[in-house]
Amino acid sequence: MTAPAFTPTGIRFENIEKRYGSLYALRRVRLEIRAGESVAFAGRNGSGKTTLLRIAARLVRASSGQLDFLTSGGEPADFATQTGFVAHATMVYDELTAEENLLLFAKLQGIADSSARAAALLDEVGLSERRKSLVRTFSRGMRQRVAIARALLNEPSILLLDEPATGLDPEGITWLANTLRRMRDAGRTILMSLHGESEVSALATRAVRLDAGFVAADTQTGANLHSILTFAGA
Amino acid sequence: MALFSNAAVLLGKELRTEYRSRELLTTTVVFILVVVVLFSFTFDPSAGESRRFGPGLLWLSFLFAASLMLQPCFLREQNNDTLSALRLSVRDPFAIFLAKLSANTLFLLLTEVLMLPIFAVLYNVHILAVFPQLVLVLFLGSLGVAIPGTAFSAISAQARMRELMLPLLLLPLLTPVLLASTEATGGLLEEHPGLRVDWLGFLAGFDVVFLTALWLFGEYLLEE
Repeated sequence: MTAPAFTPTGIRFENIEKRYGSLYALRRVRLEIRAGESVAFAGRNGSGKTTLLRIAARLVRASSGQLDFLTSGGEPADFATQTGFVAHATMVYDELTAEENLLLFAKLQGIADSSARAAALLDEVGLSERRKSLVRTFSRGMRQRVAIARALLNEPSILLLDEPATGLDPEGITWLANTLRRMRDAGRTILMSLHGESEVSALATRAVRLDAGFVAADTQTGANLHSILTFAGA
Repeated sequence: MALFSNAAVLLGKELRTEYRSRELLTTTVVFILVVVVLFSFTFDPSAGESRRFGPGLLWLSFLFAASLMLQPCFLREQNNDTLSALRLSVRDPFAIFLAKLSANTLFLLLTEVLMLPIFAVLYNVHILAVFPQLVLVLFLGSLGVAIPGTAFSAISAQARMRELMLPLLLLPLLTPVLLASTEATGGLLEEHPGLRVDWLGFLAGFDVVFLTALWLFGEYLLEE
């Protein structure tokens, strides 16, 4: 078995708060997620799941609190942590082909031999045959495959997924679950926001419910994983 | 350097998508053509009047067209949240601005150069002898429009009433560019044409000041 190309990394949210004017999106969030954990975030719309993931991706700056990346031993990581982010939107260009999209982001990230990396990822997500097709001609499921390939370009140690199964048909959900299972088994840390139970949520080794920006329940403090994922409104 | 290589890659993307859609260039050329033709209908200018009013009319139409052209610059990055993907990928967010303002300057300049012969015919002015100097004025003027225009496009893309926001923010700020470009162009269309170095210097100074401000503070414009 070959060693992973990434360094297993955990993540710690220390009293993270995010305010938009007088509105709190997150309040005093304290969570420590160990390297290799798969955490599902559940909660109603507006409970703060997306904001938390975007803070972890460093797309949104927290109003207060601290975000730390951790080594597999739980110490603050002193290396540049690679995160891969899959949002509800695809984060790829409709006017470019699948291959052009991956090459664009690979070059921006300074990935050596970007062509080989793009080709390998397109093969991994099953889009080699359609690599020259414009993304705008793709179905939702195919777009999501391109989105995941883009997120994996830099061999991220932490994968952040915001409602990754939305809009996918059953076949697409099965593909997504199998792909994420491979990621998890390879040792990647996965944080994903979900609505309800599915093949994807079955991958979670831990679940956290957010409510009005607070951490309302966490399997690590005794809550039941099934009840968090099936909580009314989640 | 990562900044310039990232900007070059992004500029390539901007040119490729525009080459495929031709949305910006087509609409801007048509808009300027309509404005220039309509202005020429409203009065029948003599050679002297053309030299006096022509440059102002020309730059006004360029300015209005630019506010149209700049609108989708960041707006279309929101459709699929591609701006987030760019922010996660580039080392220096200024690369995003550098690529976009280069593309905007290029598109504006191309449109203006295409419109010049039509303007010359409709307003009976001679541009051939001063064409290289005219292109220099157009370049500095376009850069002066594109730098703040790209920054305000990033701001207005996140605002409500975004279609109104960009021209409302941008046009008053561009008054000095309009003035300097009009004067510099007017100097070249006079009976004895001359390059107005003072106005060119003003345009270059404006470009440097706003480019520096964008380099220093641009990152904050991209934050959510």
